[in-house]
Parts: sequence; C-alpha cells; structure tokens
Amino acid sequence: MGVIETAGLTKSYPRVTALDHLDVTVGDGVTGLVGANGAGKSTLIKILLGLVPATSGTASVLGYDVATEGAEIRALVGYMPEHDCLPADVSASDLVVHLGQMSGLPYAAARERASDVLRHVGLAEERYRPMGGYSTGMKQRAKLAQALVHDPRLVLLDEPTNGLDPSSRDDMLALVRRIGSEFGIAVLVTSHLLGELERMSDHVVVLDSGRLLRSSATTDFLHATGSLLVEVQGRPDADRLLGQALVDAGLVARPAEGRMIEVEVRDDATPDVVRDLTVDLGLGLVRMQERHHRIEDVFRDGGAGSVQPV
Amino acid sequence: MSSPSDSEPAGAPTGVIHDLGYRPYGGPRLGERAVARAFFVTGLRNTYGLGRSGRSKVLPFILLGVMLLPALILVGVLVQARNILGLNEQIVAYSTYPLTTQLLISVFVASQAPALISRDLRFRTITLYLARPMRRTTYVLVRLASLTVATFLLIGAPLLLMYVGGLLADLPVGRETGRFLGAIVGAALLAACLSGLAALVAALTVRRGLAVAAVIVVLLVSYTVVATIQGISGDAGRPAVGEVAGLFSPYTLVNGVQVFLFDSPAATNTPPSSDAMGLVYLLAVVLTVGGAIGGLLARYRTVHP
Repeated sequence: MGVIETAGLTKSYPRVTALDHLDVTVGDGVTGLVGANGAGKSTLIKILLGLVPATSGTASVLGYDVATEGAEIRALVGYMPEHDCLPADVSASDLVVHLGQMSGLPYAAARERASDVLRHVGLAEERYRPMGGYSTGMKQRAKLAQALVHDPRLVLLDEPTNGLDPSSRDDMLALVRRIGSEFGIAVLVTSHLLGELERMSDHVVVLDSGRLLRSSATTDFLHATGSLLVEVQGRPDADRLLGQALVDAGLVARPAEGRMIEVEVRDDATPDVVRDLTVDLGLGLVRMQERHHRIEDVFRDGGAGSVQPV
Repeated sequence: MSSPSDSEPAGAPTGVIHDLGYRPYGGPRLGERAVARAFFVTGLRNTYGLGRSGRSKVLPFILLGVMLLPALILVGVLVQARNILGLNEQIVAYSTYPLTTQLLISVFVASQAPALISRDLRFRTITLYLARPMRRTTYVLVRLASLTVATFLLIGAPLLLMYVGGLLADLPVGRETGRFLGAIVGAALLAACLSGLAALVAALTVRRGLAVAAVIVVLLVSYTVVATIQGISGDAGRPAVGEVAGLFSPYTLVNGVQVFLFDSPAATNTPPSSDAMGLVYLLAVVLTVGGAIGGLLARYRTVHP
C-alpha cells in the first residue's frame, strides 16, 4: 500500500485544469515531484492535505481519504510551503514549539521535539532570535523544522531549495535525503531543478500540464544506456582516428559531445577492444565510462505536451 | 547482570554530547480541545507581548499600568480619606470607569488586534495552521476568544482593584459585590464588542499600520460622535435622540446595557430610559458580537493556503 495513492484525480479551475486524471502512487523513501511552473505540483499537495477539494477522482494519504479525513491526514503529515510563512517577531524556537502543540503534542513534548528538530535542521543559537532577521537559508531550515516537529509519517516539501546559495542547497539536499532514509519519514519533495531530484530522491514523478508524464525509480531514469563514452588524446585528430578504427573493427561508434566518442557496447569484450585499439594507434586513453541517462531526457524524449504515461 | 556503568571502560570521558540521531515521537497526541486550549493560551500571551519580541511587551504593559493607576489612586483616597470626605461608595462607579478610560482601551484593542489577527495573514503563517488538524472555524473563534479575554483582563483588572479597595474601606460588602459583578459582566460584554469589531477590521486589513489606524478611527470616532450627540440631546431636552445614538458606540452601548440590566449608575447623559430601549440595547450587543463573528468566518473562508 502506497503512502499516497491517487486515482483519476482531477482539479479544474474555471479557466485551467490543474490536474488531469492523475493516477500516481508514492511509496516510502524520498519521492521527487517534478514539473514546470503550473504543472500542478502545488495543487496536488494542497489536495493531499485536504485543504482544496478535488473536482473528481480520489486520493488517499496514509490510508485516509483526502475528501473526508483531512484532519487525520494533517495530524500525520508535515507541510513546508513554498512561500514565506514565518512571523517576523517570533523566534524559531517559540514558533516550532507552538506549532508542535498545534499538531497535538503536549507542551513538554513539543519543547523537546522542537529542540531536537531544530538541531537536526542545523539552527543553533539563532533559534532564539526573532525570525525577521533570518537569512533565506535559515528561514528554509525553520520552515522545515516546523514540518517535522510532530514526527509526521510523511512530509510534503514544496521547493525546499528555493532561493538558497549552493552550499545551503547542498545541506538542504542532504537533509532531505536523511529525512527519507535515516529518519524513516516518507518525503514528497517538489522541485523544478532536475539535478536536485537526481541527488535526493529514490523515485521521481514527472508532471506535465497536470498529467503524469512518468513515474519510476530514479535509478530507472539514470540507468545505463548501453554505450560507453571514450576520450582519447595524443594527436589532434585522435578521436576521429579511434572512431574509424572502431567502425573498422565492426563496432557502432559515433562522435559525442566534446571530443568524445560514444561506442555501443556489444558484449563484455567491447571495453577491451577499445583499449587495444587505442594502444595500437599509439593514443592515450583519458577515460572510458558508461553513459547514463539524465532526468532531462524524459522531457526531451517525451517532449513537453506530447504525453506518454509510462 | 551488570549495570550499564560496568560496561564502560574506566576513565571514559564524561559530559560528552552524543548525537542520538533522529528519535521518533511515541508519546500522546492530544485531541481538538487540547489543541484549541493551547492555541488560546498562546494567543492570550501574545496579546500582552509574551512569547514575542521584547518591544512587543512595552505597549500592552504600559497601557495596563496606566489603566490601573487611576483605580489605585481612587482606592488610596477611598481607604485613607473615607471618613474625612464622608464617602459611602466608590468615588467613580464601576460602570463609569471603562468610559473614563476608553482611550486606553481603544488603543490597546487597536494595537493588539492587528498583532494577533493581521500578522497571520500578512506573513501567511495561517498556512501553517491550516496545514494542521485544527479547523478553520476553530481558528477564528479561538483567536477572537484570546483577544476578548485579553481585553477583558485590561478592563476588569482596575475594577477588581477598586472592589478590593472598597472592601478594605469597609463599604457594604453585599452592595459592592453586586455592583462589582454587574460591572464584570459589563466588562465582558464590552471586551466582546470591542474585540469583535477590531478583529473584523484587522482581518480585512493585512497591513498592520493601516489596521491599527482603522480600528482607532472606528472606536474613537464613533465614541466621540456619540458622546457629543448625547451631550447635546441631553441639554436640548431631547433624550430620545441620545438614546438612539448610544447604540452606535460599544462604550455607550454596553454602559446602557449595564444601566438596563443591573441598574448601574449611568455614565452618559442619556441612558436607555424604557425597558423597550433597554432590550434594543441588549439586542444591539448581541448583533455586534454575532455580526463580527459572522463577518470573520466569511472573511476566513476566502483565505487560501
């Protein structure tokens, strides 16, 4: 049973259809939800929280129906909104304790949990200062802490890396990974940056104009394509020489980006053939690696608009 | 069986902070009532600046202090000079006190309603509440309750001080208690009316400064206009005009209700003179509070997470 399951989920606004017959299942671990702006990511999250009713179709979160059991869902789910939501004149510590109580924790437990999660998200002494003076990175951490304070079974993170500098972004990505693996909390995280999702999620759901473009394990997106990338040097036309030699040896080879050659793997001996030919030609073998797909390829292959649910 | 300390090597460093990793929460999760109670208490504390920045505490506590000061002086005079001055009752009636200090009360409500109501809307903190189990209606009613009780404490505290002073000065206990309880009911009604109106204005105005100004204008202007009309109509021998006018300011309205219900000394020139008018006053209080609640609920129905 999935953590999140939707069937034919549709949400129409007077002018746009935000979600169009969406069937998606999300399991444990970290699931990335990717799509361009307006692809329906935020709408999906609001429906899952029971805050916005769906036009048609059904959805369940942790086994509860979003249409009728919203309160039960919200007790067990943490939500980190995309937009700013922190009052300026309250400290992170006070706010997180208070919101822990709002999720049903007794005061003493809320204090202990708040202190724990603030440590996990990396807010140290600054947690006692009013949040009006926080940097974006600190605000994002405080927003994440309030989503975790009640030890939810699922957290919905809407663009957690928005506005972060590269090092804070790395911290946030690592943190999201930890929540999914070490903390044992299922995570649904949205981003429009594919590279980020590759780094933190086990599973990726791709939305396009409210429809499911693809849903599969991150490793499936990144699986080996069955070809090798080879880079050689030694002479100005080294790549052309090797390419010709490979073709002569009966392999399929073509120029790749940069000055590399892409060789299709025929059998286990293919890398040996490449190595031997390079040596025979008197060239230096700089690198030979398996070529992987990237999540971008889904968009390129599918093409925005041409929808092929997999 | 070895105790845990036996397994540790001798001379192991003490006082080391261990990273326990993530600890799941296995304790109780409270229901709707407990959550609403915690929300109410936090709101009440926040209204006096507690749990907020140091600066936020200044104004509410100054206002509370200034509210208590005249009562303290009155009590001092009453206790010390009762026999000399031949006093047999409070120097200022309980029911008159809130009208005398109406400026302070208005400033308190005007400054704290936006702090409590507009803040969640302006910073969009309301999203964090809506993403939790509490219902929207509960959110609205509890916020209003926090503000009402905070205002009630402000109005009621000097009355309590006067009551205690009155007892110390050996005023008749039964009569004082009756008057005091009537005044406390009045304070509660006044707090409800003021908070309802202020919360509604604050909920419609997201910008804080604007909300403060709007609430001040609504409360002060209405009181000034009503007091002026009442003064003129009383002098001109047309009290009916003043009685109707009294409906349009929370202060004169609630004072009128106190006159009608508890026969308290009137603080205005033209208190409701007939039972019918008294009932109209009472009805106006109910409508004010009910209307404010209805307006707030309608306003929050349009708030999107």
